[in-house]
Amino acid sequence: MSSSKINKVQISTKINGQDYDLLIPPYMSLLDTLREIVGLTGTKEGCLDGNCGACTVNVDGRIVDSCLVLGPEVNGKDVNTVEGMATPEGLHPLQQAFLEEAALQCGICTPGFLVSAKGLLDNEPSPSEERIRHWLAGNLCRCTGYDKIIKAVQKASK
Amino acid sequence: MHPFAYLAPTTVKEAVEVLNKYGDKARPLAGGTDLLVKARANVWDLDAVVDVKNIPELNKINFDSEGLTIGASVACCHIYENEQICDEYEGIVDAASIIGGIQIQSRAGLGGNLCNGAPSADGICPLIVNNAIAIIEGPNGKREVSVDDFCTGPSKTILENGELLVSIFLPKPKENFGSAYTRFIPRNEMDIAVAAVAASVKLSPDKNIIEDAKIALASVGPTPIVAEDAAKSLIGGTISDELINNAASLAKNAATPITDMRGTIEQRKDLVEVLTRRMITKSIERARG
Amino acid sequence: MVATFEPKKDYKVVGTRPIRHDGYDKVTGKAIYGADFKLPGLIWGAVARSPHAHANIISIDTSEAEKMDGVLAVITHKDMPKAESKMVDLGEGSVNFKWASEKLMANKKVIYKGHPVAAIAAIDRNIAEEAARKIIVKYEILESVTNVVDAMKENAPIILEDLIGDDLGEKVHDTNMSEHIRHDFGDVEKSMKDSDHTFEGEFNMEMVHQGYIEPHNATAVWNEDDQIKIWTSTQGAFPARTQIAGILQVNVSQVKVTPLEIGGGFGGKIPVYFEPIAAILSKKSGRPVKMVMERTAIFETTGPTPGGKIKIKLGVNNDMKINSAISEIWFEAGANPGGMIGPAAMCIYAPYNIENMRIDACDILVNKPKIAAYRAPGSPQVAFAMESLIDELCDNLDWNSLDFRMKNASKSGTRRGDGVRFSKIGLEEVLSAAKASNHWNSPLGNPLPGIKRGRGLATGYWFNIGLKSAANLAVNSDGTVILTEGSTDIGGSRASMAMHVAEVLGIDAHDVKPNIVDTDSIGFTDVTGGSRTTYATGYACWEAANNLVNELKKRASILWDVNSEEISFNDGVFSHNNEEKIISFKDLASKLGDLGGPATSTGSVDLSSAGDGFGMHIVDVDIDVETGKTDVIRYTAIQDVGTAIHPSYVEGQLQGGAVQGIGWALNEEYYMLNDGSMANSSFLDYRMPTSLDLPKIDTILVEVPNPLHPYGVRGVGEVPICPPIPAIANAIKNAIGVRLYDTPMNAGRIIDSLR
Ligand SMILES: Cc1cc2nc3c(=O)[nH]c(=O)nc-3n(C[C@H](O)[C@H](O)[C@H](O)COP(=O)(O)OP(=O)(O)OC[C@H]3O[C@@H](n4cnc5c(N)ncnc54)[C@H](O)[C@@H]3O)c2cc1C
Ligand code: FES
Ligand code: FES
Repeated sequence: MSSSKINKVQISTKINGQDYDLLIPPYMSLLDTLREIVGLTGTKEGCLDGNCGACTVNVDGRIVDSCLVLGPEVNGKDVNTVEGMATPEGLHPLQQAFLEEAALQCGICTPGFLVSAKGLLDNEPSPSEERIRHWLAGNLCRCTGYDKIIKAVQKASK
Repeated sequence: MHPFAYLAPTTVKEAVEVLNKYGDKARPLAGGTDLLVKARANVWDLDAVVDVKNIPELNKINFDSEGLTIGASVACCHIYENEQICDEYEGIVDAASIIGGIQIQSRAGLGGNLCNGAPSADGICPLIVNNAIAIIEGPNGKREVSVDDFCTGPSKTILENGELLVSIFLPKPKENFGSAYTRFIPRNEMDIAVAAVAASVKLSPDKNIIEDAKIALASVGPTPIVAEDAAKSLIGGTISDELINNAASLAKNAATPITDMRGTIEQRKDLVEVLTRRMITKSIERARG
Repeated sequence: MVATFEPKKDYKVVGTRPIRHDGYDKVTGKAIYGADFKLPGLIWGAVARSPHAHANIISIDTSEAEKMDGVLAVITHKDMPKAESKMVDLGEGSVNFKWASEKLMANKKVIYKGHPVAAIAAIDRNIAEEAARKIIVKYEILESVTNVVDAMKENAPIILEDLIGDDLGEKVHDTNMSEHIRHDFGDVEKSMKDSDHTFEGEFNMEMVHQGYIEPHNATAVWNEDDQIKIWTSTQGAFPARTQIAGILQVNVSQVKVTPLEIGGGFGGKIPVYFEPIAAILSKKSGRPVKMVMERTAIFETTGPTPGGKIKIKLGVNNDMKINSAISEIWFEAGANPGGMIGPAAMCIYAPYNIENMRIDACDILVNKPKIAAYRAPGSPQVAFAMESLIDELCDNLDWNSLDFRMKNASKSGTRRGDGVRFSKIGLEEVLSAAKASNHWNSPLGNPLPGIKRGRGLATGYWFNIGLKSAANLAVNSDGTVILTEGSTDIGGSRASMAMHVAEVLGIDAHDVKPNIVDTDSIGFTDVTGGSRTTYATGYACWEAANNLVNELKKRASILWDVNSEEISFNDGVFSHNNEEKIISFKDLASKLGDLGGPATSTGSVDLSSAGDGFGMHIVDVDIDVETGKTDVIRYTAIQDVGTAIHPSYVEGQLQGGAVQGIGWALNEEYYMLNDGSMANSSFLDYRMPTSLDLPKIDTILVEVPNPLHPYGVRGVGEVPICPPIPAIANAIKNAIGVRLYDTPMNAGRIIDSLR
């Protein structure tokens, strides 16, 4: 069957607090839905098979790899991405800590780490170093050796 | 990726109907952590995926006097965040907390793990040593299959086209029961088992004699392997290093691994022995409370 | 003559830790990386790839793909311009355009798995990928070779028929060996015979990948006037332009490369892959074309750094001095000549002062992706061999290996393996810092039952290149300065560049606004690589800033109606001999409108010599002797960094390099199957370290300023990947009493060694 014969589907979803009605191919990933349809390119592609975490977003309070979620699956759900972390008042404490601790080099992994770490701190405001390392194991960073990322998350913890 | 339609039935009946209609051109979608990876790698050319997460039975965790029923699409995070499961089915929790990383655990479940039928699957062996039963519905009605018999080869299961795994039933653990699961991986997370072992024991009231035991091995054969001789050697025995070591070496004999990028035959057999010893010991500790 | 500098101690900006200028964009998701870039009318490209590692192409049938709805262009080798056979230097590595072109699109045969055979442009990515699956290619499969030993056998299949090998200056045909070089000093044979003790070792290593998280990507527009515009994530817009123009057979001035943000490179994003293909697809379809590479293809067709075989023999005397050294290096080149043997030969003995030494090094083609630079290319491999053997001999002779290294340490004037003599270097300072470190002086502690613990250390060496860089400055009326430069920022270099300027001008680092621009907007600038960016582009920034000061002195002279030579500039303030006439940089900036208009300046350098960097790493490991599992439990990286402009990013380089080395040491490898394919071409099975696999990485920055840079900068980015592999090998030996000679030193190998 060629793609033109597969009908697009309509979904209604909340992205970073904003309601969206979107028309997407049913086989399109949430990652591509965000990047190509909504235009939010802060969520990154690294592997498309769930192994790098660069595409991490939060769906209904849980972090997921958006490359392994279909767009239609978030119909009626609440999606949060890196673009939704800062407020008009300023950066999220994690973003601020990442800057102050120099927790990014190339920065391609940063959105994924920030969304993951937020998922942790939202539920556990003062995690141990071991817990942070465990929580972030689904996010690969090839530049930093993780040291400064862990320090930044610790800094943003209470 | 071959373009496919997305269907989201809300009842088992509907799901079975569409699966039956599409035959091998459709597959159920639970967490998608195997399905979407394989679809993208063009393992299949699907015309439809059938999201089963909107079907209530597949999403429920239910305890009753008989035991625990876990819906086929319940994600790992809901398993290890459930206190009663953590209390009663420790071996299952061992597995649910190591599949992938946190992102994967938000989506992946034991149902998908079982239906995917990977020889390295972390979820299947713990289910086996907990005597789990797969509850299946298909065009010809309902059937129940012991998880021991579920996998028939790498990525092959007893599921027929059109059949849906609805849930997994785990009988209530007896007194003085303990189970445990571990795998060997080169990294500490986000890795696939080189070899893995699940064990369960039921101890006598004085907790010194093993009254029942079960051992299952992963990643050392085309399907999970039930190490019967190893388990039998434990039953009736008084707990001792010798008893455990002997069972471990019998488990090693039961392993039939291959050499591949994850490990060699010899390494995997040795690992089975080491891990079996560790998991029997851990099950006993847990059974003793 | 090369200028030398006596660095200051009391910097205002250098050595501080301002927030990087591009940081806000990068933590909020606003920064535009290659894959994020969009243009009106954009379509997508995809590539059809060979499933075989070595095969003749009998036929390519594109008709099914062309028929698909949404497909706008299909190309094969027939659409590739014929490039001439000529070597061009790219800074870190060089390229022959004929081979480079055929590497990107196979002509008569495929020489590595994943080799592109056709490319498609379609209205969306999925259609392009689906169409690529419909390309039908008939192959005649040839025997493949995937390691150096097989490739050098008498009857080995020949990979590049038109390769003429260079065996110590002699031309060789029908060979897989592209080059054999030799360095020979003193009398190795005699000195070896005369040595009190000799030690030999053979070390084998598997190929590894840089493992950057961002996939290769390119967006191209081929205009009707034959102007070609490329947007891409590259380590060097100008070297990319050189390659693209060479492959497309157009003038460099026809190509404009705009470097977008880049998600890691480590050397692997110097070569181009998709850029020329996207350009040809754009020409054929008349639309802008974007391509993003899938991870499997990244492993199978880009990047890697050579594995191979290294043999070393060392002669030592009872006075603890190395008397003689002989080594042989066989490196994988991939499917085209590789070129990493030169640096390997240069690095192998670098930390040691050895009178008599010989190195033979061979570059050998195999049916794997052509290698690219990877952080100190060639050095980690030879460090593994050399530093392991040094430890082995110290073990055997009961010598303290740190004292031994100190005793033989290279100093200013010591001759490197390739004959070059070091200028001012800081190896002895590094060794002293290691000896004094908390880590070295802490007891190992007691591991849990069943676990063996060990400590290892090793040194590593890399030099930094200089080459060409340009920078422009312009003053804003509010007293800020716009900096324009051409070095893509992979790890905070905008901040370091701005700091170079701010230090000279006596202003805040954030009052300098760094911009990285396209190849039409700045002078030629070489790659971000070779540890050169902070050194050379920083130098250009410094020069531009000094030129700006001179320009501003002229403006002040107009203001005060004095001779500009009488004006001095200190700490951001211009003053005339007569103390009453002073004006700050900011105030002067606000008056420029009446003082001759905009003030601008430029800096442009071509630096022939640069600096040398040494590091030592100390590592503690725990090994489960039943499973062979190794856990790194403590790690310290010590390095002479010259002067740390922005210490946080310098530490980050040390930490990141160390962790790449840890991955290389323990798990990473190209696991090759008999058919010449890589079995583990995913992040899952390639197994790079995660945060849970690591301890904190402590750093000790030793600062021995490089006299060749105004602030004393040395390249710091590459040294830290050199010591980890041998340091871990030495720690494993210390823990379990057995030495491993092969990488990766994974659990299987450790258990085998204990059997
Ligand atoms: C990064 C990463 C890491 C991973 N790590 C691990 C690991 O450590 N250990 C491990 O064991 N696995 C691992 N996996 C594999 C995968 O996550 C698990 O197998 C997971 O349990 C699959 O569950 P799922 O809900 O995502 O299944 P899905 O992908 O939704 O489904 C899996 C298969 O089962 C079928 N299926 C799903 N539900 C049903 C049903 N109700 N009835 C019939 N058929 C059904 C699907 O059609 C598909 O073929 C990993 C995967 C990724 C991407
Ligand atoms: S792109 Fe989704 S995990 Fe890598
Ligand atoms: S900062 Fe580059 S991958 Fe993490």
